[in-house]
Amino acid sequence: MTYNSECESWHRMQRRQWLSHSMLSIGGLGLTAIAESLARASESPREDRRGQKSRKARSLIVLWLQGGPSQLDTFDPHVGTLIGGDVQSIRTSIPEIEISDSLPLTAEQLHLTTLVRSLVSKEGDHERATYQLKTGWRPDPTIVHPSLGAILCHQTEDNLEIPRHISILNAQWPARGGYLGGQYDAFQVDDPNNRLPNLRRPTSEPRMRVRIDGLKNVVEREFARGRFQDLDILKTQHESATAKALQMMDSQQVAAFDISQEPESKHERFGNSSFGRGCLAAIRLIEQGVRCVEIQLSGWDSHVNNQETQSERCVILDKALSALLQELKDRELLDSTIVVCGGEFGRSPNINGVGGRDHWQHGFSTLLAGGPLRRGYVHGATASKPTSDPAKRLDDVRQPITVQDLHATLLDSLDIDFSQELKTPIGRPLLISEGRVVRELLG
Amino acid sequence: MFQRFLKSRWPKRLLLWCCSGFAILALLGAIAPEPRLRPRDDKAMTPWQENVLLPARQIDQQIAAEIDRVGLTQADTADWRTICRRISLGLVGNSLSLEELRAIEQIDSEHRVEWWTDYLLADSRWSHYFSERFSRAFVGTNEGPFLLFRRRIFQLWIADEFRKGTPYDQIVQRMLAAEGLWTDKPEVNFLTSTIKNGSDGRVDEAVAAGRTSRAFLGMRIDCMQCHDDVLGNVSLGEPGAPKTGTQLDFHQLAAYFSGARVAGPNALAGLRDESHSYQVQLLGDEDETEVKPSVPYSKSLDIRKDGSREALAAWVTSPENKAFSRATVNRVWALLFGKPLIDPVDDIPLNGPFPPALETLADAFAASHFNLRDLVKTIVSTHTFRRDSRLEELPVTAEHESTWATFPLTQLRPDQVAASLNQACRLQMIDDDSSIFSQLERSFTRNDFTKEYGDRGEDEFKAQNVTVPQRLIVMNGKYLRDRIDDNPIANASSQIGFLAIDDEHAVVAAYLATLNRLPTETERTAMVDELAGLRRSARSKGVGDLFWILLNSTEFLWNH
Repeated sequence: MTYNSECESWHRMQRRQWLSHSMLSIGGLGLTAIAESLARASESPREDRRGQKSRKARSLIVLWLQGGPSQLDTFDPHVGTLIGGDVQSIRTSIPEIEISDSLPLTAEQLHLTTLVRSLVSKEGDHERATYQLKTGWRPDPTIVHPSLGAILCHQTEDNLEIPRHISILNAQWPARGGYLGGQYDAFQVDDPNNRLPNLRRPTSEPRMRVRIDGLKNVVEREFARGRFQDLDILKTQHESATAKALQMMDSQQVAAFDISQEPESKHERFGNSSFGRGCLAAIRLIEQGVRCVEIQLSGWDSHVNNQETQSERCVILDKALSALLQELKDRELLDSTIVVCGGEFGRSPNINGVGGRDHWQHGFSTLLAGGPLRRGYVHGATASKPTSDPAKRLDDVRQPITVQDLHATLLDSLDIDFSQELKTPIGRPLLISEGRVVRELLG
Repeated sequence: MFQRFLKSRWPKRLLLWCCSGFAILALLGAIAPEPRLRPRDDKAMTPWQENVLLPARQIDQQIAAEIDRVGLTQADTADWRTICRRISLGLVGNSLSLEELRAIEQIDSEHRVEWWTDYLLADSRWSHYFSERFSRAFVGTNEGPFLLFRRRIFQLWIADEFRKGTPYDQIVQRMLAAEGLWTDKPEVNFLTSTIKNGSDGRVDEAVAAGRTSRAFLGMRIDCMQCHDDVLGNVSLGEPGAPKTGTQLDFHQLAAYFSGARVAGPNALAGLRDESHSYQVQLLGDEDETEVKPSVPYSKSLDIRKDGSREALAAWVTSPENKAFSRATVNRVWALLFGKPLIDPVDDIPLNGPFPPALETLADAFAASHFNLRDLVKTIVSTHTFRRDSRLEELPVTAEHESTWATFPLTQLRPDQVAASLNQACRLQMIDDDSSIFSQLERSFTRNDFTKEYGDRGEDEFKAQNVTVPQRLIVMNGKYLRDRIDDNPIANASSQIGFLAIDDEHAVVAAYLATLNRLPTETERTAMVDELAGLRRSARSKGVGDLFWILLNSTEFLWNH
């Protein structure tokens, strides 16, 4: 157990912790993984930070649609209007609500979700908007803000041997720890079909032992001479990070990444795409106790041939997203896991000269599910005849939600007191979020 | 018959023998006591002038006085190899090759550090490396606007100006006053990097003002874009009459950039200034106010007072505007020490208080006509830079490091780790005279590794803890694995295993190639024992294991 959780008094100890303690004491370290899973399965409803029964979630899955998915071709179609394009709509499991016919499987699961059709931001550049959506803050050159997952990990404690913050298929702008430190950066993973990066010993067990022994008992010992009294603790943390890395290499919890343990039917249900496999892995990881998993599906930046690009992406998204929601529900994880599905902005109502849609941050969609979020609810709307006056674009959005407010709502749903100020490395105290909770989104 | 010969084993064998022969000849050059690297000419050995040495002595006196005042013990001088490693990490971003160490050994022991500094300052690796570091402050690390921003062209231009020895103030003036096409006039990229989608080709005044104040003046005034400085963090005003920064101060600086635009009828001519009224709704006001350009402090130094970017450039780089000198010396100090005199590197209070050394170094920099090479030499000349990072009898404390009584331990940045790993696993130095394959490998692997390891972005000098994924990358990753495998053609470990006359020589060569120092007696004994009895391929693997140990050590991954 970590130092802080050992210090917690008995009456504050949650069932999960107690079970973990118990299993550890009877079964030894080998049973850690099973103990964690059993403990987690037993913890609904949980207690919130005030010790009251709560429907607050403990984990987060972010389906990151990099490039800017078109709200008009996914969750907010305007069929038969000047801005609607060629997309058709279908009915969903929420009465009177329709979404793009490119998402038929998701339409059947929509009753599990809250659909926000009125997200607005001021960032129309991919990198800046990605930063804002992932951190809840506009880029500030003087500081790097942490992503949602990093905040979640910073504000919670776990006894895990694998990283608590994981990013799958995200090579460009993965979730970062920002001013909280590199230890909160997402651990980056490729297609779950591939071997996990850098976990396999580079050589045989006996040679590895020789290496570790030489490192620890000869070179590190020699370097520590004449330096800080507790060099590792007070300064470098190099040896402790090495020890944790070795522990992770040997951990049974790593099996959570191994989706080959899931039946073939599951693979097919998730779509047999790298994104689908990422979603399947995310469920296993959340089950294991991981706090945040981000899975990226890129390729939404449809400046040319919008309709074709969006519908091709939707095929992958539809299978994976619908299977993810259903699977979370089947495994009784939806109450404790929040799902966020969206990109950095939407796409313009107007179709350009090459059949594309450009960036649009003045009213776009994000799908939410799980935890205390309402189920079967649609928030906000965008106009079918948007104004041509750039100064009045907000008039086209009913019940607009800012990115800050979305973050505040998600943090609150994860039982994080976002009004607290964290000390940043430049000495400036900073609120976790400047937003306000959008109560309408909560059940 | 010829056909039969081609089908036999002999062509492969002959090819292998030829390759091995060439490889051995090449390697002998690296391990032999006569390296190819030599002092370039007599000029490189010219003693450093008093204008470099005098401020160094003054800085040492100031820092020593502060150390005495707080009653701490100063560390002794570090050994020359450690000092040369610091210089190498600071000036070109990697540790030394075995070849370079062998070359420095040939220099008179009194002049090794000076010779090595001169050597690197004349090397294109220095200008490119410094260009990369400075350009992070100038244009950030974001991709910037498509088509309108060419980072590579911008960096090459800065590197070329550094190489030519263009005074730093002139480089900054050209960036601030730049006009024209970003492909033709690389300095234009400083401003085009701020242009956002949908802004009609206009330079983002606020971003340009923020970068100007942070990169050139070492002042973080970005928060005043939205409100007055309510926390008392930004002091402006005149010398002797400080005042709290206001929102208007920020926007007056931003107003200098408000007319800069690349769109419109003159798009083909690139960036131009148009007549433009800069309107801002200040916090608490109901209406917008037109804001005219004005410098945020020391207004008497703004001689032209015409609101042009040329006027701003002249004011920013004026020798009397000490914030400009302070910002630069604090950054160069950080590059050489791994941490700045004032942290964060771009947040220096205009009206002090200043730590020992900063003012003296800033004055010397201005007096040298903003000569970056002289600035580097002054810092390297100080005893402060050459101090050991450990103490003989007492444990080091955080206070020792903060007062510079010991050289501070700082974690290498990801790009330094990548480049140092690359260099340590090659016996010969990798520079612009190396084979195209070595240079390409250096470039690609550095970029890939840095990305995987976690680029620190603009805030390069912020102390960070090593993470578990970072340890896994070095311990098990392909990057190191490929470089310590049994490969006598490319890898230093195999070459040492193959060519070293005995185990003791192999251990010494491995320590020099990786940690840039000789092994202690304890280390020598322990490592020689590990290699004892190993022959041929097994010996190469044994040296590979030794490389793994050394390259995974705190000592390799930290500056000390």
